[in-house]
Amino acid sequence: MSEHHNHSAHGDEHGHGEEGHAHSTLKGYMTGFILSVILTAIPFWLVMGKVFDKSSTTAAVILAIGAVQIVVHIIYFLHMNPRSEGGWSMLAMIFTVIVVGITLSGSIWVMFHLNANMMPSMPDMQQMAPSDLSSTAPGALNKMHHMNMNDMP
Amino acid sequence: MSEITATSTGAVSADSSSRFYVHEHHPENGTLLGFWIYLMSDCLIFACLFATYAVLGRNYAGGPGGAELFELPLVALNTAFLLLSSITYGFAMLESQRDRVKQTLIWLGITGLFGAAFLTLELYEFTHLIMEGAGPQRSGFLTSFFALVGTHGLHVTFGIVWLITLMFQLGRHGLIRENRRRLMCLSMFWHFLDVVWIGVFTFVYLMGVLP
Repeated sequence: MSEHHNHSAHGDEHGHGEEGHAHSTLKGYMTGFILSVILTAIPFWLVMGKVFDKSSTTAAVILAIGAVQIVVHIIYFLHMNPRSEGGWSMLAMIFTVIVVGITLSGSIWVMFHLNANMMPSMPDMQQMAPSDLSSTAPGALNKMHHMNMNDMP
Repeated sequence: MSEITATSTGAVSADSSSRFYVHEHHPENGTLLGFWIYLMSDCLIFACLFATYAVLGRNYAGGPGGAELFELPLVALNTAFLLLSSITYGFAMLESQRDRVKQTLIWLGITGLFGAAFLTLELYEFTHLIMEGAGPQRSGFLTSFFALVGTHGLHVTFGIVWLITLMFQLGRHGLIRENRRRLMCLSMFWHFLDVVWIGVFTFVYLMGVLP
């Protein structure tokens, strides 16, 4: 498969070179593909093989690997580089990354903070240690919901 | 932008197969940049769905959680399908650069088959969950799960519709400038969906089964 890709040089530039986007190569695609396979296999192995005892360790590692794999895809498959489209696509992507970061971290921060603040009013939660509060916080939304239902006339 | 506008002088004298006559000055890269900006806005939609899942993802309402519902071997197979479809689309792009219509069409066809296999498996998973009583109305976790994964699946569906349409266009008109541009756009769309899937399998499936 690779031989018949390699021997043909890029003699046919018409319709391409003039459009100013990155010229994709077999080497680029294969590098990206092999890196992606490795970066996909590791997190599945970590979770299915129960490699780490602590869930938080596993979560942190697979999130980091996922972030690396996203970068690999953007470079090798989406051919993103600072020069494409005169730098405008890079600028759009940086803007998007910032907004996505604000959306994700902001939502998580605000909503979990809100849950934590609701906790002390729950009668069945009052005897819990503060360290337990953060881990049970997501479940608080359901309880809140039920309480509001009961309060209604 | 100056070098882009300077290179587009040949745009007006296109051959007769072109149905697109724009006499005003039109930068060549406008479509690709515009499509990229569309993808970035799509990225924001997925960011909102991911944020919703992050907030609601552990609200089981007494129902089943991720550890009981998700079958990781199935997810791994689905991930493999999507990754393989990404590389076969790459092969189609390489063949189109060599002006080989037939090989381009073959690789596009294989890409479409992998996409269809992905969708089939995902629909199987969805029906399986709904049959088990774990439909989107069961809990906040399942609502946000179906919204996020379903939106991604819808994108793949429309990607396949686009792919088939483009295959007919290629078969009829060959690798004309317009079709090359469409191939580039679909390439970005398809690889973008794979990027979103990385987030889905990491954040939803793998982290969902962690105790």
